[in-house]
Order: sequence, then structure tokens, then C-alpha cells
Amino acid sequence: MKAQHRLSVALALVSAATLAGSMATAQDYPVGHFDEQTGQAIWEGICQGCHMPNAQGAVGAGAYPKLAGDPRLAANVYPVMIVLNGQRAMPSFGANFSDAQVAEVVNYLRTHFGNKYKDPVTPEQVKALRGGS
Amino acid sequence: MYHAMTAMAFAGESGFSGPIQLPGDPKGASVLILGAGLAGMCAAYELRKAGYKVQILEYNDRPGGRNWSLYGGDTYTEMGGFTQKVEFDKGLYLNPGPWRLPYHHHAVLHYCKLLNVALEPFTQVNNAALVHSTKAFGGKPKPFREVQADFNGYVAELLAKCTQQGRLDEAVTQEDKELLLGAMREWGALDKSYEYKKGVLSSERRGWLSDPGGGLTSVPTPSEPMAMGDLLKSGLWSAIGAGMIYEFQSVIFQPKGGMGMIGKAFGRELDGVIQYGAKVTDIHQDDRGVTATWIDAKAGGAPRQAHADWCVCTIPASVLSQIPINVGGPMKAAIDALYYDASVKVGLQFKRRFWEQDEAIFGGISYTDQPNSLIGYPSTDYFSSGKGVLLGAYSFGPSAFEYAALSPAERVAKSVEYGANIHPQYREEFENGVGVAWHRVPWTMGCAAHWTEELRAKHYDDLCAIDGRIVLAGEHASRLPAWQEGALLSSLDAIRRLHQRVLAS
Repeated sequence: MKAQHRLSVALALVSAATLAGSMATAQDYPVGHFDEQTGQAIWEGICQGCHMPNAQGAVGAGAYPKLAGDPRLAANVYPVMIVLNGQRAMPSFGANFSDAQVAEVVNYLRTHFGNKYKDPVTPEQVKALRGGS
Repeated sequence: MYHAMTAMAFAGESGFSGPIQLPGDPKGASVLILGAGLAGMCAAYELRKAGYKVQILEYNDRPGGRNWSLYGGDTYTEMGGFTQKVEFDKGLYLNPGPWRLPYHHHAVLHYCKLLNVALEPFTQVNNAALVHSTKAFGGKPKPFREVQADFNGYVAELLAKCTQQGRLDEAVTQEDKELLLGAMREWGALDKSYEYKKGVLSSERRGWLSDPGGGLTSVPTPSEPMAMGDLLKSGLWSAIGAGMIYEFQSVIFQPKGGMGMIGKAFGRELDGVIQYGAKVTDIHQDDRGVTATWIDAKAGGAPRQAHADWCVCTIPASVLSQIPINVGGPMKAAIDALYYDASVKVGLQFKRRFWEQDEAIFGGISYTDQPNSLIGYPSTDYFSSGKGVLLGAYSFGPSAFEYAALSPAERVAKSVEYGANIHPQYREEFENGVGVAWHRVPWTMGCAAHWTEELRAKHYDDLCAIDGRIVLAGEHASRLPAWQEGALLSSLDAIRRLHQRVLAS
């Protein structure tokens, strides 16, 4: 959790967060960018919050899917789409990540935790997959 | 009485127009309620009163849902199996979820009164609390009071100058100009020349370098306002508007002893109605009724079933989207469209209440640009010589996601590190802490439904509409997302419509 917040953004977050904290208008939750740049840093800094450090997923009243040894990752555009757009309980991160960050974390996931896919995605591919945004 | 208040459009701000009336005989109809949070328990309480047979299935082994307080001796296990044992002293607590009840949230206040939940004032704005940026004033926090006085003062001065220079002639009449100048002097604490500067006037707002005294040591020393450019560049002004938000305006309340007191009170009222430890795995409706299949949340084992004529489902959309449910396409699409936002709260116990003893901060909130976002001081037990628990972090957005990715111990350690930049006493006085990251909370998988204007336009009505024999309720089915008031209003609206449907069938 690097404190590299650009001041204006960070302070906008302070006020936005207090607004959201009260939860007056959840529509306006802060859209900030993550500082983590490498796939590993993004995984460990953000993704493992839900998918867990070993990518084993977790179960409660609902579940976070296990991504270790996950055959659904075979198509490299699939995780890109999920990261960008979200899916059910999975938030959309399209606004929080650059194309390069999305490519980094997808490539990290697809080559770790028992996943051995050899066709990395490029930031250009990510860019092309961003919907109308 | 309530009618009179409503007639004057006085009690209507939150959409609560007095205790719900459900006249008419439901003829023994039964309702299965999924979830014993405030929405579910409110539905059970009112429907039972109206003559329905009610039962609730609840995942947790306690009532309340996100209405929840953690006390010393409690154990909390989050998704992934990370377990925290809360080590707070007796009487001290953390509200991991909601912590405030605005005076105009009439529904939640109504149920507190009804259920004898004692309330006390919650301090939102404390002018002696701090505003902190790691990038301004050498990282030294400033009192909220000074930031507010200086910001208002300079804005008033600038506007007064514009007015005097005739720059506002098109916008204001001559008469209004005089009034505006007078208003700026009063509002901004300007001197006779419409300047905001060091002196008695500004010190009466921002505080003195040394306060007025008695006897022969009575002469106060005015304090020096921050330079306007420094203040603007610091960004600290962004924190002073918090108390202007409708939900944060005075007076705000909190239940004595923790927010979870509301859930406990509802739970006592509904003794015998709630099946705890029930993880719902399937929801099926047909012409005759609704059947929920559930398993023991901890032990698993053979599935069991609960059946009723109708169903009020308050399971958060983040969880419900993963449970097979035969509702129509529009409602299913609405459920699937909602992910839940990230949020984190960290409670920190200190050996003594140094914020009160050393800094005269009694309740309220300090703000920071660090990932912990704020420090909340307890609005209770003032002047206690015992220990105290601070809210050491309360974040949303990227910082909250990052907090969730940390182990609970790291969440606490980071919060201590950030807080020590504001209160150096942290280093000496810290004892223990607990950190709740909402994406790891097993029964919600996030703090509250993430709505956007676009999503509302597309899905909100479909989420709230009765689908066959099922109606959804909870903060996610309200326009007060994440507020308990939203959960209650959603529930009341849902059962009102359901009751009409039952009477018509």
C-alpha cells in the first residue's frame, strides 16, 4: 500500500470517501487509480483480497472462485474482460487500471498458481477490449 | 402526533411516514424471510404483527447482519479463514459497519425507540480534530478549526474585493452589494477593510496562539492565519465540507454500547423466529409457494428446506447472484448487475485516551490523505481514565481494496503507522486492534451495492418489483444505499406491496 497518492487525487478521495463513508450517495464512490504496476504487485496488493494469496478462492455465504489451475483462463481475453467489466460479485476495474496494468495482472495470473499459459496479452489488446469507454 | 408531523411535511424526509399499517386479514399466509439483518427482521416483525406466519433463515449465528459491533472476547473469521480474536477492554467496541444515525433517518430512529435501544449523540464535526496531508505543512496536521476559519476568511475577502471593485455589478444590485459586503465581513471574520488577517476577529474563529485568561495573565495572543496560497495548495480545505452533507449534519445519534444493539434488540423480539447458521443454497418458487434449501453454514451436511407462501429475500446481491433462484430475467439481471464496494474499518485500542487528555479532542473525526482516510474518536465515555478504542481507518475505493489484500495483523499495523503521523502518541500507547475488510466478510462480500445512475435507470425498478412470490429488500433495494435507513425503508415498501398482493390473491 504505497502512499504515492497524488495530492489532488488523494484529497479528493478524502472528501469523496467521507461522503461515501456515510454512504449518502453510493453512486459517487471514489474512482481512483491503483499505484501497483507489476502483475505480482497488483495481484498481491489487490486481487488476493478476494481470491486469496494462493489463488485458492474462498467460501462464505457465497464464494470467490479459485483461480489456481483454472482452465477458464485458457482464453487470454476472458480474464481481461472480467477485470475490465466485472461479473456479478466481481467489481469492474476498467476505470481503476491502465491497459498495461490489466495486461500485467492477467499475464501474472495466467503464468502462476499452476496456470501455465504461454500467450500473454498486450496492453493494445486490452485497449481494444475496453467497451465504449 | 405523527400524523400532524407528516402533514407538515416534517417527518417525511426519509420516506418514513410513521409506523406501517398493514390492515386486512392475510388469512394465515406465511412468509419466509431470508436474512436477519435490519431489512429482514423489520419485515418479520411487521408481518407477524399483521397476522402472517413468519420464519427467518440467517447465515450468521447472531441477528443484525451489517448492524454489528465487535467487543472484547469476540472472534471473527473472514473469508480465507483468517481469524481475529478481539482483545478490547470491557465496554469498548468497533462498529465494522454503520456507525451513525442521522436525525432525519426516521425509520431507524422509530425502531430504536420501539425496541428500547438507548441512543446518545454521535459527534461528526469536531473543530478541534485534525486535518492532515503528508504533502502539506511538512506533514504536520492542522486543526479543523483553523482550516475552516482561514478558508472561509479568504473566500470572503476575495468576494468582498470583487464586490468593491465593481466586478460583480452585473450579478448584484447596489443594495445587494452592501448586504453582501456585510455578510462577507460577518461570515469570514473580516476586518473593517474587508481583510482576513491576524487579529482578534480571526482568532475568535481559528483559535488563539494563547487563550484569554484571568487576572494578570489575561491578555490573549492572536494566532497567525495560514498563507492563502499554502492553504489552497494543501488541499486541506477538502475536509471541511463533510459536516455540510445532509447525512452528516447535526444531530447524529449512535446506540449506547455499539451499533449492534439494534440488531440484538430485533433479535430478542424475534426469539424463536430466526434459524441461525443457515446457508441458503437454492430458492425456488412455484404456483403454491417458495422453498429455500439450506445447509448448516459451519457443518454443512444434508440440505434442509424451508417453505412458505411468499418470500422476502434480503440476501445481498453479491451473494444472491450466486444462489440458484427462479425469478424472471429482469430481476435476475438486476441482481447480477450489482457488485459490492470495498470498505475497511480498523479499531485500535490504546492504553489511555490521549486524544482527549493531550489534545482536547472529544469525539469527531480527523481526516488524512493516507490510506486510512480518517481517525474517528469515540463519542462516548469522555474523560474516562481507562483505555479507549479509536476508529483507526475507514476507507473506500482503492485504499480499501488494498487493505482487504492485507492480513488482519497488517491492516492493524499499517493503521498504527499512518495514525502515528498524526498522533505520535500511537507509538507508546497502542495495545491491540482488529481490522474488518468488507470484501472478506463472508455474508456480504463487500460493504454495499455499487449503484451508478446508469445501473439505476436500467435495473432498479426490476430489482424492487415483486417477482411471482418473491420480493427483495435491503439497502441495495433503496435509494439510500449502505444506510440502515435504506434497508428499513426498502423492507417497509416491500412488505406493503407484498401485503397488497396477498390480500388481492
